[in-house]
Amino acid sequence: MTLAIAIPAGQAEARNAWWRHVSSRTAIYAFLTLFALLYLLPLFVVIANSFRPLPEITRYGLIWWPQHLRLGAWAEAWSSTCVAGTCAGVQRNFYNSLLMTVPATVISTLLGALNGYILSKWRFRGSEVLFACMTLGVFMPPQIALLPWAYILGTLSLTNSVAGLILIHVVQGISFATLFCRNYYVAIPDDLIKAARIDGAGFWRIFHRIILPLSPPILIVTVIWQFTGIWNDYIIGMAFTSGREQPITAVLVALATAGQQAAPFDVASSAVLIAALPPLLIYFIGGKYFVRGLTQGAIK
Amino acid sequence: MTIAISSSLASPATPWRQRLMAWTPVLLIAPSLVASLIYVFGFTLWTLWISLSSSTLLPQYDFAGAKAYFELWSSPRWQIAYGNLLTFSVVYVGAAMAAGLALAIAIDQRIRAESSWRTIFLYPLAVSFAVTGTVWSWLFSPDAGIEFLAHQLGFTDFAFRLTIHRETALYAIIIAGIWHSSGFAMALLLAGLRSIDPDIVKAAMVDGASPARTYRKVILPQIAPIFLAVAVVLLQYAIKTFDLAVALTKGGPGISTTFPAMAVYDFMFQRGQIAIGAAGAIMILAALALVLVPYSLYSAWHARKESAR
Repeated sequence: MTLAIAIPAGQAEARNAWWRHVSSRTAIYAFLTLFALLYLLPLFVVIANSFRPLPEITRYGLIWWPQHLRLGAWAEAWSSTCVAGTCAGVQRNFYNSLLMTVPATVISTLLGALNGYILSKWRFRGSEVLFACMTLGVFMPPQIALLPWAYILGTLSLTNSVAGLILIHVVQGISFATLFCRNYYVAIPDDLIKAARIDGAGFWRIFHRIILPLSPPILIVTVIWQFTGIWNDYIIGMAFTSGREQPITAVLVALATAGQQAAPFDVASSAVLIAALPPLLIYFIGGKYFVRGLTQGAIK
Repeated sequence: MTIAISSSLASPATPWRQRLMAWTPVLLIAPSLVASLIYVFGFTLWTLWISLSSSTLLPQYDFAGAKAYFELWSSPRWQIAYGNLLTFSVVYVGAAMAAGLALAIAIDQRIRAESSWRTIFLYPLAVSFAVTGTVWSWLFSPDAGIEFLAHQLGFTDFAFRLTIHRETALYAIIIAGIWHSSGFAMALLLAGLRSIDPDIVKAAMVDGASPARTYRKVILPQIAPIFLAVAVVLLQYAIKTFDLAVALTKGGPGISTTFPAMAVYDFMFQRGQIAIGAAGAIMILAALALVLVPYSLYSAWHARKESAR
């Protein structure tokens, strides 16, 4: 008897605890799902509308389940939509972005690795102060540099050229790449370098044999951050290039939000995706390193 | 580790080779250093000088005192821009951190497929502000976006036209900004939550503290430095706001959503008032310094306190 009474009481308690667990879990997942839908909405909208026929978009609006799919808008955005009076699509601007971003990323990362190695393992008098001054470059607002760059590009005849943009992004990128690499190399034990020196290894040999083999994680982080930062830059591309010479991020705003002259939604959506894909691909492939760069960049 | 060690040990090398080796690092870093120092100090001084000159369309290297600064601060465009920046900074930084914290706490509850959730909340950070602004300008458009969807679903009285009105357009930019940056706050705060010693949390639970109280009194105070770091980074984004507003509202309706960075660009390249533009650029730098200098002093102080412990 007593036992029979006791069991329902225990069961009730267990059931209560179970209910509390289930309801709090449900609340957490409901919250996350709601937010996830909000975060994914813009991505869904551009992907869907790049494949939907224009009459369907006009009729049902941008946020609606696609009924027919077609590839035409992608072709038009790539090779025939009108940008600044020329109707050859955004392909040239996409290639401009690649031609700008790849060299600027590679050069600034290599210089950053070299500088980071020197500033952490070959310190000289004043090197700490110089390092601090270099890192100030990370925080400079682009507006401070606009007039000086305009003058320098003009003097070097690099106005309205991809080469000019590469120069700007390399100089501005050195601070960032150096900061990242230096903070990483500082953690490599000095004893390792000392031992190599006693064995007669010089500057380059130590770099080649000890530093570089330990570098892939930081080089990947730096490359990812430089690539996304340079590809996504708008103000420099817009200020120093025009029309056919512009990188795609700069041209996109003119293409997609110019009111009456803007490309129709289907073509503009494809253009948006073409502009957003390279950094997004890097994010989805190198997500782990992307986050690592984030935490390092913010906390250091 | 000094250069003296290596030169004394590298006995077989001839003196000039030794000297070259000692100088190698300095010579190699020199070009980067020169470029960076010109970029940081040279450009700042250059712009500062232009801001003190009477330049209009072309640089004039004379001295006009603070004339450009007076003209800047008396220009309605700049006043609106500064007001917008203040509102934007407070609401955007506050809301992005609140959303980021909520997401971080939810993700920290041992959920399934954690990395997929994180990926979803963080991907906007890889999207440029230009793309973010473009897509959100569509979503806010009454003829095709969220309002149109509500009408399609039968809510014909529903009105959602933030970008149409002067008073609300700024909030459209804020929403897009939160979408872009709250994942960043989430990632950093989550890393902070994970770094807390689980024993302290367990101790609080054993003492009978409710989860909410444990978070408020035990967990969140421990990650206060991370809140500060996130706030500083987001404030930097806010002060530099340019592409997002250009793509989303073009500063409109009228000039109601102009930001300082846009006003500077406008003075420099559209209106041929480069001295005023340069003065605005210096003010932006001052705003950044106002955030970063106290923060770096605090970080240095904090680091010293930690190492002394």
